[in-house]
Amino acid sequence: MAAAPSSWSWFLPLAAGVSLFKCLFINSYHSTDFEVHRNWLAITHSLPVSRWYHENTSEWTLDYPPLFAWFEFGLSQAAQHFDRNMLLVENLNYASPSTVLFQRLSVIVTDSVFILAVRECCRCVQEQRGSRDVLSRPSFVLAVLLLWNFGLFIVDHIHFQYNGFLFGFLLLSVAKHLQSRHLQGALLFAVLLNLKHIFLYVAPAYGVFLLRSYCFTQDNNDGSIRWRSFSPLRLLALGSIVTSVFALSFGPFVVMGQMPQVLTRLFPFKRGLCHAYWAPNVWALYNVLDKVLALLGVRLKLLQEVELPRAAMTGGLVQEFQHSVLPSISPSITLVCTVLSILPAAASIWWRPRGGRGFLRCLLLCALGSFMFGWHVHEKAVLLAILPLSFLAVESREDAGIFLLLTTTGHYSLFPLLFTPAELLIKVCVMLMFTIFSFAALRKLHSY
Amino acid sequence: MQTWSLVSICVLLGVAVRWGISLNPYSGAGKPPMFGDYEAQRHWQEVTYNLPLQEWYFNTTDNDLNYWGLDYPPLTAYHSWLCAHIAKIINPEWVELHKSRGYEGPMHKLFMRTTVLVADVLIYIPAVVLYCLYLIDGSSKKKVSTLLCILLYPGLILIDYGHFQYNGVSLGFALWGVLALGLGWDVVGSMAFSLALNYKQMELYHALPFFCYLLGKCVKVGLMGRGLFLLVRVAATVLVTFALCWLPFLSDPSQALQVVRRIFPVARGLFEDKVANTWCSLNTLIKIRSVLSGDSQLYLSFAFTLLAALPSSVKLLMKPTFWDFKLALVNSSLAFFLFSYQVHEKSILLAALPVCLLLNDLPFMSIWFLQASTFSMLPLFLKDGLLIPYAVTSVAFLLSIYLLSALDHCSEDELRVGAYRKLFYCLPKVDLACGVRWKFYISVALMAGLSVLSVVSDPPPHLPDLFPVLVSMTAFLQFLGLFIHFNVLQFSSPPGKKRQKKTN
Repeated sequence: MAAAPSSWSWFLPLAAGVSLFKCLFINSYHSTDFEVHRNWLAITHSLPVSRWYHENTSEWTLDYPPLFAWFEFGLSQAAQHFDRNMLLVENLNYASPSTVLFQRLSVIVTDSVFILAVRECCRCVQEQRGSRDVLSRPSFVLAVLLLWNFGLFIVDHIHFQYNGFLFGFLLLSVAKHLQSRHLQGALLFAVLLNLKHIFLYVAPAYGVFLLRSYCFTQDNNDGSIRWRSFSPLRLLALGSIVTSVFALSFGPFVVMGQMPQVLTRLFPFKRGLCHAYWAPNVWALYNVLDKVLALLGVRLKLLQEVELPRAAMTGGLVQEFQHSVLPSISPSITLVCTVLSILPAAASIWWRPRGGRGFLRCLLLCALGSFMFGWHVHEKAVLLAILPLSFLAVESREDAGIFLLLTTTGHYSLFPLLFTPAELLIKVCVMLMFTIFSFAALRKLHSY
Repeated sequence: MQTWSLVSICVLLGVAVRWGISLNPYSGAGKPPMFGDYEAQRHWQEVTYNLPLQEWYFNTTDNDLNYWGLDYPPLTAYHSWLCAHIAKIINPEWVELHKSRGYEGPMHKLFMRTTVLVADVLIYIPAVVLYCLYLIDGSSKKKVSTLLCILLYPGLILIDYGHFQYNGVSLGFALWGVLALGLGWDVVGSMAFSLALNYKQMELYHALPFFCYLLGKCVKVGLMGRGLFLLVRVAATVLVTFALCWLPFLSDPSQALQVVRRIFPVARGLFEDKVANTWCSLNTLIKIRSVLSGDSQLYLSFAFTLLAALPSSVKLLMKPTFWDFKLALVNSSLAFFLFSYQVHEKSILLAALPVCLLLNDLPFMSIWFLQASTFSMLPLFLKDGLLIPYAVTSVAFLLSIYLLSALDHCSEDELRVGAYRKLFYCLPKVDLACGVRWKFYISVALMAGLSVLSVVSDPPPHLPDLFPVLVSMTAFLQFLGLFIHFNVLQFSSPPGKKRQKKTN
């Protein structure tokens, strides 16, 4: 599968090019997420571990799992050489040029995990035989679709987040599973879960796949499960890996008796069904329907206008609210809907597992189902579906069609993240670049 | 992949990079009382909008020529006038007479940067695209690679979108001229070049090759017949274009004279600041400016410039092929840069454009020159706060070595260093190409090292200008070496079988 070394010479210039491109936007607009991460640098650097999840001087409290807090701690060691003042907890909204430079560079440098993961994924792609022009090789197309992904670029390098670093772990884990190195994949995913718990969205896929395809070592001839081939040893290995990672991460907090506080921080259900800016999912449609019905109700004199809350969900605030006409949605309802939506996919890979690619498809469906029905979903979560789909898109024609639809609309839905006039041209240009490339390259790839 | 999709991706990438760089500070940002080139352009909008045309180039109570007086030919003034009208619609405060002096603000910066981008997208970028698609032989992949490299040349982007200028317009018109001449449309080409000349008088650096090429072509076709007809047509086009541009100023001879006085300020001295040409570099050894009188400085530089520029142009006159035309453009503009009077470091862009056109045939030498030209403007970039864009784009431009497979085309034959063998036949049997490659690596290391040093360390107190001087000297040496090389190329044996250029 891996081609001769010299024919991978295009990878390094591609990765170097995109890294240099990202450096050009160091001084562009950054969102409040910048201050969030600066605050976390300050908290992890200046305060003892016991205070990390209790500190609330700033409104941006620590709400990622402990391994990410340790990651920020590691970054803060480098940060003190750039500007010590950013590490003071009281320095709210501190954004000196050195701070901006350091934070932006940290995102660009940690993206190297992502670049490594892309390399591994490209190695797993099925190449067709015959020497082809570099531009029409599946591995090249995949590398560009991932490295130069528009959504990842504007969310990470302009809006400011560390998604490249995190998605690197995810893609690396997927690549390991595709290469049948399941223990390594499980380890990487366990670490990822302890870096950002939003990846719980795709944990069912991992659970079902590993249980079915790894713990049961053999299948019957028709692909159905062979109960006798269950290997307790493998289950033990998996369990011990996952448990040890979680123990490493949450252990100190369990010992200090802070688990309830940590869990409240990690799962803030008080934040409301939808984010201040709605993610384009089912609940957004539900909200719209509710509003329309409420307006109709007022027009038809079925409802009293004074009873209705003003600008309840559209006001841009993050809070809990009740729907006016339709029944209100609680977190448990969203959970039930999500589980129902991913049930077919999970059942499918349990019933007839299709190896690594079947697992990837199930992962994708879990991500999409959670995006559509989840509680307090951010629109950035669409990237969780777009990136894995890129892999399937370069191998299969139908997937390419779905990919083009999902990616174009998903990326367009990210536009409101950058609302400043100066960044308008950047987002339009890079979006067009990516869209033109994805359409042209995938069309060429699948026209044989 | 289809060529059009690759081309559009390259253009979009070029635009995105340009806009990314425009997020950085401009020249003179927040530095009263004089500010910089950005304020100069804004001031010209103010002057051309509010004052009648007769007062634009004169020193009046309303127009203080000491505060960024107009010193470019009329087309720049008309362009400013156009931008001013748009500015007035958006926010009249930007061009209010006297009151808007030193106006700075984020929306204004956005507006000014947009004017640069619009001019670039309308004039420079289409010229580059058409040149790469129609005047480069090779596979479409090669054409697109060259297009990407030309669009991402750091020097022009950093000056136009960082420091703030409109070089894209004048260089774009000049490129349209070259493009037209390459396709055999001589009249269109001469009109385009006349427009370039009327936008910035520095385009005179390119005038000699244009003149010699067209004249040589007329002579070749036959001066008693078609040649004469062509000559008349070209001359008429040039005269008409100039007349149209200068029309409002021709009513009164004193007007036209004043414009000429403003665009050719001979009172300013042999050089200003540190620039990578001969006189500034010589100045470190012998203080020329104090040794010679003002007039003799003028004559000295005139003589040397002519001496350096004439050989290539005369060769072009005798053999007017497109290949020789491109080489003569390089040689002439480089000669003017190295020896002329009152040269600014930004004038290296006039030499960089023709070298971009050679990227396809001489990738190695062209990339070397373009890298050195960006480096030579380092002190200017540091003054403007453009360190990060400079570092990023310069490193990125080195990637073009991979893209154009420059190191693969590095054999002795392809570098044309065979000519040196003929010149210095006493040289021992060394691998000249290998020597050239090593010189390139060393110079890149030197440039990188000096860039880092200029940023991190302070110069010793008794030599405050140490780093700018070192930068300009290093750049000068490279320019001189490459100037000699390009001249040798023009006079060496004609291109081999691989390079059958279109002979127009």
